[in-house]
Amino acid sequence: MIGAVLAGFIAALFAPWIHRAARGWAGWLIALVPAGLTLYFGAHLERLAGGETFSAVYAWVSSLGTDLAFRLDGLGALFALIISGVGALVIIYGGGYLKGDPQLGRFYAYVLMFMGAMLGVVLADNLITLFVFWELTSISSYLLIGFYHSEADSRASALQALLVTGTGGLAMLAGLVLLGQATGTYTISEMVTQPQAAQSSSLYGAILVLVLLGAFTKSAQFPFHFWLPGAMAAPTPVSAYLHSATMVKAGIYLLARLSPVLGGTDAWQISVTAVGGVTMVLGAYVAWRQVDLKRILAYSTVSALGMLVFLLGIGTEYAVKAALTVLLAHSLYKGTLFLVAGALDHETGTRDVTRLGGLWRAMPWTGTAALLGAASMAGLPPLFGFISKEVFYKAAYDAPDLAGPLTAAAVTGSVFMVTAAALVSLKPFFGARLETPKHPHEAPPSMLLGPVVLAGLGVLFAFVPSWVAEYGIRTAVEATLNHAAEIELELWPGLNVVLLLSLLTVAAGLAVYALRVPLQPWADRVDLGARVGPERGYRVLLGGMLWTADRQTRILQNGYLRVYLMTIVLTTVALTGYTLLTRADIEGVWRLPDARFYEIVVVALIVVAAIVVTQVQSRLAAVLALATVGYGVSLLYIMFGAPDLAMTQFSIETLTVVLFVLVIYRLPRFATLTNRAARLRDALIAASAGVLMTSLVLILTADTSRRHVTTFFSENSVLLAKGRNIVNVILVDFRAFDTLGEIIVLSVAAAGVYALMRLRPERERREALPETRATVELSAMAEADPPAEPQAADSGR
Amino acid sequence: MDSVILRTATRYLLPLLLLFSLFALLRGHNEPGGGFVGGLVASTAFVLYAIGCGVKSARELLMISPRRLIGVGLLVAGISGIIGLLASGVFMTAQWSTRDFPVVGKLGTPLLFDIGVYLVVVGVTLTIIFALAEGEE
Repeated sequence: MIGAVLAGFIAALFAPWIHRAARGWAGWLIALVPAGLTLYFGAHLERLAGGETFSAVYAWVSSLGTDLAFRLDGLGALFALIISGVGALVIIYGGGYLKGDPQLGRFYAYVLMFMGAMLGVVLADNLITLFVFWELTSISSYLLIGFYHSEADSRASALQALLVTGTGGLAMLAGLVLLGQATGTYTISEMVTQPQAAQSSSLYGAILVLVLLGAFTKSAQFPFHFWLPGAMAAPTPVSAYLHSATMVKAGIYLLARLSPVLGGTDAWQISVTAVGGVTMVLGAYVAWRQVDLKRILAYSTVSALGMLVFLLGIGTEYAVKAALTVLLAHSLYKGTLFLVAGALDHETGTRDVTRLGGLWRAMPWTGTAALLGAASMAGLPPLFGFISKEVFYKAAYDAPDLAGPLTAAAVTGSVFMVTAAALVSLKPFFGARLETPKHPHEAPPSMLLGPVVLAGLGVLFAFVPSWVAEYGIRTAVEATLNHAAEIELELWPGLNVVLLLSLLTVAAGLAVYALRVPLQPWADRVDLGARVGPERGYRVLLGGMLWTADRQTRILQNGYLRVYLMTIVLTTVALTGYTLLTRADIEGVWRLPDARFYEIVVVALIVVAAIVVTQVQSRLAAVLALATVGYGVSLLYIMFGAPDLAMTQFSIETLTVVLFVLVIYRLPRFATLTNRAARLRDALIAASAGVLMTSLVLILTADTSRRHVTTFFSENSVLLAKGRNIVNVILVDFRAFDTLGEIIVLSVAAAGVYALMRLRPERERREALPETRATVELSAMAEADPPAEPQAADSGR
Repeated sequence: MDSVILRTATRYLLPLLLLFSLFALLRGHNEPGGGFVGGLVASTAFVLYAIGCGVKSARELLMISPRRLIGVGLLVAGISGIIGLLASGVFMTAQWSTRDFPVVGKLGTPLLFDIGVYLVVVGVTLTIIFALAEGEE
């Protein structure tokens, strides 16, 4: 199963090359990966319906309860099928939509990476694994929203989406860790078997709030919904895939997955239902008043997500069934409509509904898909959206508490959804033909396949409702509730209150559509004010954060080396000194060890050299005096039997002198710039560091009870690491991971020095001498990575 | 700096220092020495040569760019860890040969790691010192 998750990531690595090799056919070729995954998951449906589940565990950090654990059950399979199926269609569509775009290869790579991450989320059976993939979806979403990265708007929207979902993700991580602590396991399938563990825990309140924050930010729930309309800056196939069919449903998935663990309490029901209800009504209300096709769809997606959260909040078996049915229906019709919106934009040059009209003749296939999708969205028979609307209403109508207000909210949201559906289907394709920036014609096959297949499934599913119920919904409901369930879906439930409500909804929605122009000013007046509210909050917060970062940087990273040194030294003295005074036996300070006379000589030499450093009037002299201190210390190392340290110290001192000499040439003439007070301050700081280190050494050497580290290494050096030189064995074996970190830090430092010293003058040189620019650029190109150059790749290297 | 004495001395010191640095590197596991010290000694040799005969000739003598040495060193150190990962499932678990070899004794991934450290230290030191010294010219 890990293969299925990794397939997306592996394919992402090769996508740009496939694109380069296959040109126009790359989309169809690459789509074989998600299409194959769809078949793979589809093949499991039969056995899933029979009650089986499939799991695979790969050890990762088992000591922390974190494993790469995956589990395919009904809920995961429903999501996985949507993810891989829509993924295949979107990749083919993207090939047509972005045809000729030089970044198309990257588009494939990002979409595949996203697909892998999303599959990881819905298949993960470990909370930490889930979180890792969850964040990967946020990152790929960031890359895809900012796909047109030369536009400031795209970049701002991408950052906004990342910050909102990323902040929620952090809260969620905290919540998941608490949940793991409360239940004693990070494995989700184990957790759901003991729901009382989390709910009776004193941490339950904190867990609930934190996990809900993660789910609500990801699924664009009020008041975090504002990032989703912004995310429309992404290319339309991305909006269809990430921001409607899959990623935004990750929050829904999490709520469904954890509902046996966290759900069923009053706190869950009230908060989840309320947030979902508000989002549902608000999103739909804002949706029909937009003029940009994609923004209409984005707000209606917000509304649909609200609907799903609302249903999971109600939490009855019927409501969960309704949620999963609505989820499937929504993925089909909203995917269709987004792809249609992209086709309209692509073929006419505008997404403004007020400028689109009468396009049926020019784009009959796109128009058909749009009509079917919109009819499904409006909940008209005989489409799958109708079935989902019926069960949605019935779930609200049969809710155990407050059925009246809940049903009213459901109907209100749905009325505006009908209006929005009419707006994106009737308005562009019927009525008077309007002039568009481009002469409209039918979209290419690659861009028709997606909408037609998705819209077609919306029709097909409506005629085989019992099949969908058995293989799609029932297993998913059972996996969500963790007990067996009876699920029936039917196209014609007979005349009842719910059907009457549906009729009323459609009529009211169409009435709003017909009267939308005169209604608009009224509607703006009763605007719930929420459209500006949270987004302004985000801006204020972001501005405040940048302001704080700016101030903090100016204080802490002020560019004065001496201030950095002072900060480091004082912090060390304060923290170590405090620990020493409170935790250690400081008696040792007074027990001065015996010293031989040549040791005293060396120490005296060091002290004298240190005094000289502060007194001389020449930098070179100061450097040499400093080196004397260093060499003196090396001598002490030899006397106390640490030849390794001595060798290292000798070499370091020598190289430091060379470095200083090289740098000294660059410095201005030696001058005394500090006043008496500053020098006194520096002397005090230096003295405090000296006193600290001296006491530390005296105390630690006097206290023989703390030698177990030494004992361990001297006993195990040969035994475990086959080496007699303990220092080296620690460096390359026992603590080799630290050494690896250190050599990486060294390398980064070298890169920094090199960049400071060499790269800037080169650029300045280039600017100073324009005639050499061509040669410099040529040599820069020659140094570039071979795959970055098409010629190099074509030459068959 | 133009000094005949230094230039002449360097010619004899450089090979000795380099030999010593390799000696320190290889015996490091059992006797004083190791990749870090070895790398520093080797750097000192080249720095001495650069002071005596100029950075340009030192670079020519080194043949490979010190920046590339950093990369190679990190790669070697990384590979030594990955061998452990592949062999035992845990990154950086030491793997040893079963028989002894002359001079170094048993061969193992810690030695490979130490070679990586040696290369990185030489690379880093020379990258920084050469960059600073060439700024002078």
